[in-house]
Amino acid sequence: MEDAGHATQILTAHAAGLAGCTSCGKVHPGGAARCLRCGTPLSPPDGRSLQKVWAWLIAGLIVYIPANVFPMLQTTNLGRTTDNTIVGGVVDLAEHGDYGVAVIVFVASVVIPLGKFAAIAYLALSISRTVRLNADRRHVLFVIVEFIGRWSMIDVFVVAILSSLVTLDFTATVKPGIAAVSFALSVAFTMVSALSFDPRLIWDVEYPPRAKGSET
Amino acid sequence: MTGAAHPIIADSELDSYIACPSCDALLRDRDVGAGDIASCPRCHSVIEAPRPLAMTRIIMLAFAALILLFGALFFPFLELEAAGMVRRATLFDTVAVYSSGLNAPLSYGMAALIIVIPLVRFASLLYVLGPMALGWYPLRFAAPVFRYAETLRPWAMVEVFLVGVAVALVKVAGLAHVSLGPAFWAFSALVVVTVFKDNFMSRVTVWKTLDTRRRS
Repeated sequence: MEDAGHATQILTAHAAGLAGCTSCGKVHPGGAARCLRCGTPLSPPDGRSLQKVWAWLIAGLIVYIPANVFPMLQTTNLGRTTDNTIVGGVVDLAEHGDYGVAVIVFVASVVIPLGKFAAIAYLALSISRTVRLNADRRHVLFVIVEFIGRWSMIDVFVVAILSSLVTLDFTATVKPGIAAVSFALSVAFTMVSALSFDPRLIWDVEYPPRAKGSET
Repeated sequence: MTGAAHPIIADSELDSYIACPSCDALLRDRDVGAGDIASCPRCHSVIEAPRPLAMTRIIMLAFAALILLFGALFFPFLELEAAGMVRRATLFDTVAVYSSGLNAPLSYGMAALIIVIPLVRFASLLYVLGPMALGWYPLRFAAPVFRYAETLRPWAMVEVFLVGVAVALVKVAGLAHVSLGPAFWAFSALVVVTVFKDNFMSRVTVWKTLDTRRRS
């Protein structure tokens, strides 16, 4: 057992040989399988859980490729059909002078997804100590990633709304392209990746308990 | 909350401690009064923030949200006028856009994200917290219902959809005359209500209340 006498150092439930619930905070004797209060399965912080993060992240990256290659939006105007990819749509918007919207779409569909891939990968690499990042910075990065992921769905919703509004009654029609489904999947996969990330690992690297945890 | 001083804690004393749900820091649990905020000294995430009359307020807000969601479903939320023709789009139309071809699964996904999951969450909050607000015992399965409702939280994307509507509005504005339908306002109100509701809710407090009120 470690001496937790240092006032500055914080003891974790795991390091004290206990199991803390990650949902309601109830403290159980070590080795408990399920939380008695809320029923959440209990598991000690484990670096191997990063594999799940990587798996979902890679899946998200793979489906992000067709999302950008194939058309997101198919516009037919007076018999002329144009296919718009995500980036193409942003360029179109900018050419029409709608800079504000162009920026929103660009941020939601390009900057956030790419930034999120990078952020999750960086976070995971810093846990396995491939790159260095202090715990507080890691925590901030984690909070941002967790908060921002869902906002990438905007483009999928926009395409759906546009298509339902601009239908055959008009000279122009808008139809969703096949990129929409892969983009939505990419957003969902990266969300699952971020959700599988165990925030307890953020701190344990800098504190001794992790070495002990790997033995259990 | 203060850091624990003793590494070894007797099983009988476990209930006087709480593990930070985010970073596993072992802290001495104290009664957190209404209006007070207990946060983790290490990761600064809020552990408990009970509000006065929170249960009653959440119930009322969830009920309001449920009504608004029904309103949002059945009234048109955007109206498009071009060449003397009017096209109204309801939420159902928007979801159904993806129902053909390769995008078909996206139709179900969207329905889940903006209709089903929010609906399920509001209903389960009513089920779990209703009896709490009235001072009753928790209903059967209250714990698993609340646990699943919390798991679904990041997947309820009402507010993301609303931003999507705004973006679509600007995109289509040049094409035809667009006006906002009653469902749009219902949806906007729904977002405000949801934000308030989430603000009032303190997960650990709910778990503690469920635990103390349990019929045993």
